[in-house]
Amino acid sequence: MILSEMLLVAGMALVTFAMRYPVLALVSKLTLPPTLMKALKFIPPAVLTAIIVPALFAPTGSVDFSLTNDYLIAGIITAFVAWRTKNLLLTLAIGMAALWGWRLLLASASFIQS
Amino acid sequence: MTAPTPSPRAEFLAGFRAVLPLIIGSIPFGIIFGALAVTGGISPATAAAMSAFVYAGSAQFVAVGMITAGVGNWVIILTTLIVNLRHILYATTLAPHVKHLSQRWLLPLGFWLTDESFIVTIQRYNRADASPFKHWFYLGTTIPMYINWQFCTYVGLWAGQVIPNPAAWGLDFAFPAAFLGMLIPQLVNRSIVASALAAGISAIIFHRLPHQLGLIVAALCGVLVGMLAEHWSSSAITAASEDAAPTPTAQGQVKK
Repeated sequence: MILSEMLLVAGMALVTFAMRYPVLALVSKLTLPPTLMKALKFIPPAVLTAIIVPALFAPTGSVDFSLTNDYLIAGIITAFVAWRTKNLLLTLAIGMAALWGWRLLLASASFIQS
Repeated sequence: MTAPTPSPRAEFLAGFRAVLPLIIGSIPFGIIFGALAVTGGISPATAAAMSAFVYAGSAQFVAVGMITAGVGNWVIILTTLIVNLRHILYATTLAPHVKHLSQRWLLPLGFWLTDESFIVTIQRYNRADASPFKHWFYLGTTIPMYINWQFCTYVGLWAGQVIPNPAAWGLDFAFPAAFLGMLIPQLVNRSIVASALAAGISAIIFHRLPHQLGLIVAALCGVLVGMLAEHWSSSAITAASEDAAPTPTAQGQVKK
């Protein structure tokens, strides 16, 4: 492990611990502003969406709305499964299957065309 | 559900049983994390150290993606902080229940605080029975979770070396797929949906910003819009949505 990676892990460990322990240990002595508390609950869905959307709409770095964007198609199917089942493992499994299925479909379509 | 017999051992085991499904759900994430670290050219020691010392699934995933993309350390650390901000919410919620405990308890309970442990532990604390050992339940949710995460990381590090080029198989799609599985159940009211939409649209607009700063900008836009939406909705709706406050759902390990 090179020094830069060690520093990175140390920094990540420090900020993560700082989010977990101090509040747990000290919160009886301080009150967080209610506005901050309201904002905090939006962070998980906002961060998740901000990670998901570019991964689906721009998997190669530029935005791609076409049917050949297999990540986008599989992502739509995955979202539907997540909504219907609320089952994480099943969502993951069907999502991967959707990606491979769509790729297979695209491959056979281009084979027929050629 | 019958209350567990109030003994430290029974509480610990009850905590373990309660968190077990969430541990199983986190297994693919641990393995995928290890495999993606190998694929991204991150040293196995660094990946293992992250799981051992940072122990925060979503932050670890984001970090691996950013390291692979050549992003600077300080941006990764800042992103880690933002991704992990939600722990303040968990800690604030749990704090009144654990304030009688000594530092010997609070240090490990704090370090091991994850989405999964929080979700099941707060349900235990909210049950009315007067067991004096509920912190043993909390502990019972954390230790198996932690051990499993280390184990899965090693399995993933091994699998990443055995399976050549997992990206060609589209295995990196497991990222957004799993995150979708976590996100969708959290969209329980209009202000959260508005927040997510805003984050998604800004993520597209800003995705070309360097160092994945687009992620931070988009997340902040999402939070801002969510708060505005909540502010604008009538007080009755606000009250109702408060009741349905997002249970931070099983994030696999990704959520720690």
